[in-house]
Amino acid sequence: MDHAIQAEGLVKRFGETTALDGVGLSVRAGTVLGLLGPNGAGKTTAVRIFATLLRPDDGHASVGGYDVVRQAHQARQLIGLTGQFAAVDEMLTGTENLLLIGRLLGMPRPAAKQRAHELLNDFDLADAADRAAKTYSGGMRRRLDLAASLVGRPSILFLDEPTTGLDPRARTELWTLIRRLVAGGVTVLLTTQYLDEADTLADEITVIDHGRVIAAGTPDELKAKTGSQTLVVRPEDDTQLPVVTAVVAELTKAVPEVDGPRVTAPVTDPAVLPAVVRRLDDAGVLVTELTLRGASLNEVFLSLTGRPVEDEPETEGRPA
Amino acid sequence: MTAHAMVMLRRDFKHLTRNPTSVFNAVLMPIVLMLMFVYMLGDAFSVGVDYVDYATPGLMLMAVCYGLGGTATAVNADMTKGVINRFKVMDVSRGAVLTGHVVTSVLTNLIAIAALVGVAFLLGFDASASALDWLGVVGMIVLLATAAGWFTVALGLAAKSPETAGMAAVPLVMLPFFSSAIVPADKMGPGLREFAEYQPFTPIIETLRGLLAGGPSAGDVIPAIAWCIGIAVVGYVWARSTFSKRA
Repeated sequence: MDHAIQAEGLVKRFGETTALDGVGLSVRAGTVLGLLGPNGAGKTTAVRIFATLLRPDDGHASVGGYDVVRQAHQARQLIGLTGQFAAVDEMLTGTENLLLIGRLLGMPRPAAKQRAHELLNDFDLADAADRAAKTYSGGMRRRLDLAASLVGRPSILFLDEPTTGLDPRARTELWTLIRRLVAGGVTVLLTTQYLDEADTLADEITVIDHGRVIAAGTPDELKAKTGSQTLVVRPEDDTQLPVVTAVVAELTKAVPEVDGPRVTAPVTDPAVLPAVVRRLDDAGVLVTELTLRGASLNEVFLSLTGRPVEDEPETEGRPA
Repeated sequence: MTAHAMVMLRRDFKHLTRNPTSVFNAVLMPIVLMLMFVYMLGDAFSVGVDYVDYATPGLMLMAVCYGLGGTATAVNADMTKGVINRFKVMDVSRGAVLTGHVVTSVLTNLIAIAALVGVAFLLGFDASASALDWLGVVGMIVLLATAAGWFTVALGLAAKSPETAGMAAVPLVMLPFFSSAIVPADKMGPGLREFAEYQPFTPIIETLRGLLAGGPSAGDVIPAIAWCIGIAVVGYVWARSTFSKRA
């Protein structure tokens, strides 16, 4: 199967609010799609439709070739979901949580125990296995939540803002786990409002805003769309910074910024790079760093929506 | 019962045994109330019989109600913390998820009432009920607890947070005070008296009182059963539709 997740023209309304207004996307099997957008863009609604929790008002969606409305039962056999809020049973221990899921999936008790044990080890929770989940830290809860959605070895995984509210270290740990899953062949749809997260994890990104897709492509394609790139030059000797600044200013016709030991300036014409190399060589300046960096996704988002990524208040429905 | 329902039930039991607050509310509160009413206030009410004999059936019903707060909170926590969504994605039937909560609620009620009746006997409770009447008492309580259980599960599913779910169960705790539980309805003021006479808990209490005294009257039993079935159906339908709709 080529596309593990597909959607066309998804519409979902909650009363007066249109959460999704014709969203289409597709995810190739074994890849990661980042669904990127600010709070209230409709990311969670889309995931809930894919996960068979909500019915779309219009359009259709399929996972693993099964329609999420008409073949919800078959679709559910393939998917795992990790939500925004860690859905772990706080009163139960780590082991009991995973055992519960295994038993509900119809695994015999010894097999369910074995699987729980494996996952707790893999997710670095073995030491906390017999403690109630309510005593876990935020990062541990998310890991347990992710482990819980993996008990049945799903081939398609939905991660709804998996790292929201985590400290940087816990975030990096979770990223490592997600990469390992993808290396094992799992298809992932990840929603996030963090651009760096989409940039690091996703093969392709779909940007949504106000329930519509406003851009789609690989992270590099999206960055290229905004056109501008940044030239970065770092001389070996800091005292040569004024020389470098003058050369860069002349060739880029922009006002360079001096950022510590580096000089940076926006560039629109890629031919600037060889010219800079020649001029610095002529001036006898040795450089330790000379790069043309693509725009960051932050800049991309800003140019697509006309506003930075996190300026909208929380409006996304937790519909009653 | 399906395999899923058994797994869910075991889980809900674990919750119960690990949550001393809800056990306290469900089991000890009714006993505290009984001691208070019988020892402190009992002599102030003249009800024609020993006060403990009068109050026990009403307190049995109150014991059911005191258990409901814990049920509403537990169901709501499952809903708002995403646990129910996880079960849904795993294709666990709503029947299994909800039945687990209802059965746990009923069993909590039965434990609480057994403890309460034990204390009542220590206080000199004198029932003239036959074995068959006692069976009727158990049947009435199971019916009431099931009906109230489904209704409370629906309340818990619909509430926005565990705190509001706990609050939503408060009227169920208050309602017995405005029935014939503590004092006979005909001793109440106008307005309140009519309310007490026609609210669902009064015929249920009167049925229990009749059975414990050895002779229930059909005039109480029929409305009692009808109310329970009505509440159960409303609760069941409401719970199922909320479960399906809310995600």
